[in-house]
Order: sequence, then structure tokens, then C-alpha cells
Amino acid sequence: MSRRAHLAGVGETRYARWGKIGDVTEHALALEAIQKAVADAGLSIDDVDGLASFADDRNEAVFLAAELGLPRLRFANMVWMPGGSGACAAVANAAMAVETGQAEVVVVYRSLCQGQFFRFGTGGVDASAPPPPRPPTVQQATSLLLASMGFVLPYGLIMAAAAYALPTRRHMHLYGTTTEHLGRIAVTFREHASRNPRAVMGGKPMTLADHQASPMIADPHRLFDCCLESDGACAVVVTTAERARDLAKRPIEILASEQGAPKGMGFGHFTNANLPDELYATGGGEELARRLFGKAALGPGDVDVAQIYDHFTGCVLLQLEDYGFCKRGEGGPFVESGALAWPDGSLPTNTHGGSLSESYMHGLNHVVEGVRALRGESTCPVEGAEVCLVTSAACTPSSALLLGRR
Amino acid sequence: MSERFFPDGMPQPLADAISLPFWQAAAEHRLVAQRCTGCGHMRLPPAPICPACRSTASDWKTLSGRGEVYTYTIVHRPLAAGQRLPFAIAVIALEGAGGVRMISNLVQVEPEDVAIGMSVEVIFEDMSLDLALPRFRPSRR
Repeated sequence: MSRRAHLAGVGETRYARWGKIGDVTEHALALEAIQKAVADAGLSIDDVDGLASFADDRNEAVFLAAELGLPRLRFANMVWMPGGSGACAAVANAAMAVETGQAEVVVVYRSLCQGQFFRFGTGGVDASAPPPPRPPTVQQATSLLLASMGFVLPYGLIMAAAAYALPTRRHMHLYGTTTEHLGRIAVTFREHASRNPRAVMGGKPMTLADHQASPMIADPHRLFDCCLESDGACAVVVTTAERARDLAKRPIEILASEQGAPKGMGFGHFTNANLPDELYATGGGEELARRLFGKAALGPGDVDVAQIYDHFTGCVLLQLEDYGFCKRGEGGPFVESGALAWPDGSLPTNTHGGSLSESYMHGLNHVVEGVRALRGESTCPVEGAEVCLVTSAACTPSSALLLGRR
Repeated sequence: MSERFFPDGMPQPLADAISLPFWQAAAEHRLVAQRCTGCGHMRLPPAPICPACRSTASDWKTLSGRGEVYTYTIVHRPLAAGQRLPFAIAVIALEGAGGVRMISNLVQVEPEDVAIGMSVEVIFEDMSLDLALPRFRPSRR
């Protein structure tokens, strides 16, 4: 029990609109976030012996360890799942490392400086680039991902906003979900962000009418259904109960973690038109959710506050059904009831504003907020909250955490 | 030849040894799906092992080219310079393919007329002598 994994510290740099942090390198931002999280825990950088990340992180742990001057690196790990799918899994892997004695203090980090690389929303395709020499022909795929993408890229399925519109559109067809339901999610998270000084969109209130008037990107996704693209970095510190006991802040227990994909999912909707019919208009996380709650001997009714990965509003709605907060097909009426709104909703969700309104840090900021929510440090504090659900990207392979304050 | 659906500069198909026959058939204006010769399970995109029975033996079945829109999105943002907007991306449930679906574009249809369940049929856009892209238009039968 004494090696039970806990979250002991959280931290972040300033968050900004994508491309706005040009004067600091991405790995320097990672170092800043790591140092802040370690300081928040009341630990020293010399205590850190493990680093973990996800989403094809460009900032390799071995280099960061050297730059930080870590006395030793005993654990360096990256999750093998697409984009924001792996934030919770990275924390889970850090937890496994400390619980099995591979390391004592593991920091999970995510840093993004899109202006220095490429903007996610373009899928890496430069619309202004000169066309390649003709005639067009079949090109050799140099990776499994590209071989899979090879069946969608020629049709213009490049933006995530279009890929994740597909399951949401089918959900609307099957269950009568509306764009107003989606808008309600965006407006609620913006309201939460308005109380959060870290939130990129904190000073920009949004009404449902604003949402409905925002330009269509990939139907049914309007601009305000899409998450932000941000520059910045954040980090969380994972250590054992024994180590966490005497630190600066109240440690938050990792009650349960799960990661993975249902049969045949592959990369998810981006490349896979052949998800089973019963999985297609879902977030794909129903089985994962059952395992997660089962491990902790808890149910959806025990969750006091949730941080749900919000790449797109529709994916939030699908996850609410996956995790059993409402029945399949009832996500629309559930959000319309005000369930997600702080302080009066039955499930205050994304109390920081989420990826839609706080910052797009591939969802590691949702773990940061989960810790703050249970410490009572959130700017939308849920009184007496003891259990927080944190999820990572859905409609792809995914991961999730149940965090607890005992 | 009709006007191109996308301007030059859009990504072209990427293939490996397993998926190349799909594009070779498309160049001949045939829509095919990979079929396990062990258990008959059909799959797209192509893959080395049957996920149902794990057989590595497979052949290619030529499909009718008809299908039904399973879901779709109408894209309003350009991906390449000079692109016509909006355009439709759809998941097509293919007839005679054991439930196999593929992602493609809908052409010769107004975006507001696109609906889940609509019947469609394949047409091929010749990109070069050895490349044609299968897209779908509302069924004319």
C-alpha cells in the first residue's frame, strides 16, 4: 500500500494561442513545466528519476533528463497511441513505474509550440506549397500509419474536425442529437474558463447564439465545436504514497487507470471506416469505462467532478454515454439539462475550461485540473469533491483515470 | 475528361505491398475488396492477416460499386490552394462487401442534399495513366 501511486504536484507554463510562443523552444517550455510541478509538490529536481510522455513527443526524455541535470534517469516511457489518447495512459505508466519500484518520482509532461513545427489543424499539409510534379501516382507508404492514412488523405480527410464529425453526424442521425446540444457543451466550458486566469479564452464569453453563428468547419462541427490549438506546457508529478505523505500538498490517489482500444479500432475514426456498427457512433470507450469503474469499485454515480477530453464537442457527448452518465443516445438531453455546468450541474465537467477554452495540451491539462479539483484549488471548486474522472481522447484508442481524495 | 474534384497538390494515395492491388484495380476502374480465402471475411483497407480467422490467404473480390452513405461530413475549409468548397466526405457501406465500408467523396450532389442512407455508385476520376480515385455519386438506377 505504501507504494500506491499518487499525484503529488502539478504545474504549467503560460498558455497562449498556437504560434504565439516563438521565443522559447518547446523543450525549454517542458523543462519549465516540469520544474513548476516538482516545486508544487515540494520536491527537488534531484528527486526526479523518471520521465513519461505521449503523442509522439518531440522532447525525448533522455535529453530533458540531461538538460535538467537529473542525478539519474531510471524510467523513460512514451505511450504508443495517437495524439491526445495517451495523456491518462502516460500517468498510468508513471504509476506502474513507481508502484513496481522502477522509479520513485516520475514526471509526466506535455509541451507544444506549434508555430515552431506545424499546426495540427492542417494535418501537416501546406495549402500554399507548390503542387508536386505530375503525373500523380501511388506513393510508397513509409509507415503503418501512412499506409492507413493512404486510404483517406486523397479524399481530403486531413483535418481532425472532419474525421470526428463522422461519428457525431451518425449519432445525430440515430438519436436526434442537435447542433444546439453540441453548442451547450462549448458554452458551458467557456463559462468555466471565464473564472480561470490560465485559460486562453478566459476573457471571451460565448453564448449559444455565438456558437450557432460561428463558421462551419466540417459539418456538424462549427468553429466553436473545435478545441483550441495552443502553445505551452504542463506537467504532473507521480510518486508513492509513502513519498507523497509529507510533501507540500495533499496527495491525490490514482484510484484506477485504464488504456487501450476495442477490437479492430486501429487509429480510430481518422482511418477506420469499419468500426463495428455498435461502436461507430460512440467514443469507443464503453468497455474501458467498465473496466475502470470496476477496478475502483465505483460507478458513474460516484463521480463528483469530471475532466473529459474535448477535442470536439461531439466527442464529449459520446464519452458521457460511454462512461454511463446517461444512456446511449441520451447525451443530447443530458447536456441540455445543464448537467455539465458548475456549480449546479449533476456532473460539473471541465472546470478549467477544457481544450475548448483553457488550453490544448493534448489533455494533460485535464489531469492537472483533476488534481486541483480534488485539492480544492480549482477556480470552479466543487465542494467536498472526492472522486474525479479524467479521460483522454475518444473516438480513437483512449485512456482514463479515476482520481480520489480519501 | 471532367473537371478535377481537387486541385493538384492534394495528397495522393500511399500504398504498401499489401494495399497496392487495390489501387491497381482502381486504375482499371474496378472497385475491389480484400477477401479471406479461409473464412470469406472481407476487409478494407487491406491487411496481411484476416482479423477473424488469422489466415494469411486472401484474394480480391470485384464489387458492384454500389453502396449507401453510412455517415458524412461537409468540409468548408480549404486543404489546398484553389479548392472548391464545400465538399463532401462520406463513409460508404459497400454492396456485396460483407459490411465493409470505405471513406471517399460524394460528387455530383449538392451538399445540402447529402443524407445518411442515400444510395450511391462509384465513379473513377483518372488522375494519371496509373492512378484513378474512386468517388461516389447519387445512384442512377
